[in-house]
Amino acid sequence: MDDSKRIVIKGQGIVLHGNDIDTDRIIPARYLRTVTFEGLGDHAFEDDRAQLGQQGRVHPFDDAKFRNATVLLVNKNFGCGSSREHAPQALGRWQKGIRAIVGESFAEIFFGNCVSLGVPCVTADAASIEALQKAVTADATVTVTVDLKDKTVSVGALRVPVRIPEGVRQQFLDGRWDTTGELLANRDAIVALAKKLPYLGGF
Amino acid sequence: MGKTLYEKVFDSHTVARLPSGQYQLLMGLHLIHEVTSPQAFSMLEERKLKVMFPERTFATVDHIIPTSSQLRPYQDALAEDMLRALEASVKKHGIRYFAPENGEQGIVHVVGPENGLTQPGMTICCGDSHTATHGAFGAIAFGIGTSQVRDVLATQTLSMDKLKVRRIEVSGRLGPGVTAKDVILYIINRLGVNGGVGFAYEYAGDTIARMSMDERMTVCNMSIEGGARCGYINPDAVTYEYLKGRTYAPKAEAWERALAYWESVKSDADARYDDVVKYRAEDIEPMVTWGITPGQSVAVGGTIPAADAFPADQRESAEEAYKYMALQPGQPIKGQKIDVAFIGSCTNGRRSDFEAVVEVLKAGRYKVAPHVQALVVPGSMQVKRELQARGWDKIFTAAGFQFREAGCSMCLAMNPDKLKGNQLSASSSNRNFKGRQGSPTGRTLLMSPIMVAAAAIAGEVADARQVFGIHS
Repeated sequence: MDDSKRIVIKGQGIVLHGNDIDTDRIIPARYLRTVTFEGLGDHAFEDDRAQLGQQGRVHPFDDAKFRNATVLLVNKNFGCGSSREHAPQALGRWQKGIRAIVGESFAEIFFGNCVSLGVPCVTADAASIEALQKAVTADATVTVTVDLKDKTVSVGALRVPVRIPEGVRQQFLDGRWDTTGELLANRDAIVALAKKLPYLGGF
Repeated sequence: MGKTLYEKVFDSHTVARLPSGQYQLLMGLHLIHEVTSPQAFSMLEERKLKVMFPERTFATVDHIIPTSSQLRPYQDALAEDMLRALEASVKKHGIRYFAPENGEQGIVHVVGPENGLTQPGMTICCGDSHTATHGAFGAIAFGIGTSQVRDVLATQTLSMDKLKVRRIEVSGRLGPGVTAKDVILYIINRLGVNGGVGFAYEYAGDTIARMSMDERMTVCNMSIEGGARCGYINPDAVTYEYLKGRTYAPKAEAWERALAYWESVKSDADARYDDVVKYRAEDIEPMVTWGITPGQSVAVGGTIPAADAFPADQRESAEEAYKYMALQPGQPIKGQKIDVAFIGSCTNGRRSDFEAVVEVLKAGRYKVAPHVQALVVPGSMQVKRELQARGWDKIFTAAGFQFREAGCSMCLAMNPDKLKGNQLSASSSNRNFKGRQGSPTGRTLLMSPIMVAAAAIAGEVADARQVFGIHS
């Protein structure tokens, strides 16, 4: 099987509640002072984790029961703010690596960055997300199945329909989410269009 | 049925429809900086790919550059490594680099426009979410991630879906002391921080039309804070006047042909929009954010809203904000004691942003409150020279502001300019996220440059109109 295809992603879940969680929180800017993406996983949500720790509370990314998780369950407008790809890179390098994200909605640049990394972000209505989050919170060992073919996410007996833009879904199903090759294949058309645009020829 | 500028530019830049159904879009201008490009260049190396149009990518250094001294090597070895990586990449691939040693460096969204690189009818991308700034010229400009930077370097194209277009009309006269920053903070407050997801924002109306290019850039800059990946304003005489004579702007007969092209990309009068919203300039007051998203804001005379004033799905965020900001519902925002004042950033780091502050400072013997650290950080070395040539640096320093070197500075905590502990900062930047200004517990109040200056002088959040006696 072509390992770039993303058809069904299965794994344990991790629940992170809250709307408008920005990429500065996912990976604080001080960790962007690097020329690689290595080692970012350890710093995912670092400041949020420390602050909850000081209050005697446990951030999901510190919670032992979620340690094997590969599917992240979030709420609304996840990944807003800075365009930093370091955010999904950090999630992908945390513990076993986040391989799919399920939420009410995603910020666009974050969503696009996830596509580039082969990580599908699928959306569902608030009630469905709440039900999925409840099920995973109740038993973190249960398998979360993200099925891009059927456009569903299931946790045990619970199964909810999810949305993903059709073009992106096709990219995942066909293993064509790494776009460089596909874009490069149209080299002649790119050069021809560049010649046609008035400003690229200095008017 | 007519077309919007967005549709026209999108269509004219479409190379092909991809098998996925997405569009392959040609990027007319690609801007890069030291933070989001090194990994992209590494990916090119791994795949043995070349930069297809090196003459359409332009580089500078902004996020990591210190603003106290730009002497090399930087004290922060990590920052020095990043700059060296950028220098090596631009040299290897023959990319034009606006370097500090040549006096050309600045925030990427200040450098592009001031050199005339940013023009109407272009597609523009950069590994930075504030790329929508360039939309002020009638360009379709948006932020991308590092893998997409790789794609643009390798192919000058991106795979994209088409956005919907929302027209945001602002009409009427802004009151004295009410600025472009207040307009965009007001819009984000009304439409929400995720209201723009899936949309390009077209800003229009006579209030917008009367704005200078610097002001238009402030508005477009914060489109992303409203969830819109791109925002633009149709080009007009103000746009052309700004561009004329700039280094990369067309000259002589080419200028005339350029004008014809630029006029042709404007939204048609009968264009169809997916949504239209209208606001009255008279309803907009100087705005101050009180929370941890740019949508959590109030007019300066207002009080922190109660959680039940928000829709159900925003209450949790409001509760979180009260706690993090150490503010209570019902408290006036005015009078909150500040520790730091920051004027600068890609939102408000251009000449006229500082000019507005100089104008009010000149009118009296104002001094920054003793307990406040106040920074003035030009958006580029060129802006810095312009301020110095007018003697404005001395006006700032005489009033107790530190006048710094150009860079992103305290907007984002990747250089030595950072908040300490839970300091409260009055900032002309664009994000008030938790920890954004460098301390994990630091707190940010976003506002306009003159409001920051008023806060610096009063030592607390104040109404610039009262502090400086601004009347109609």
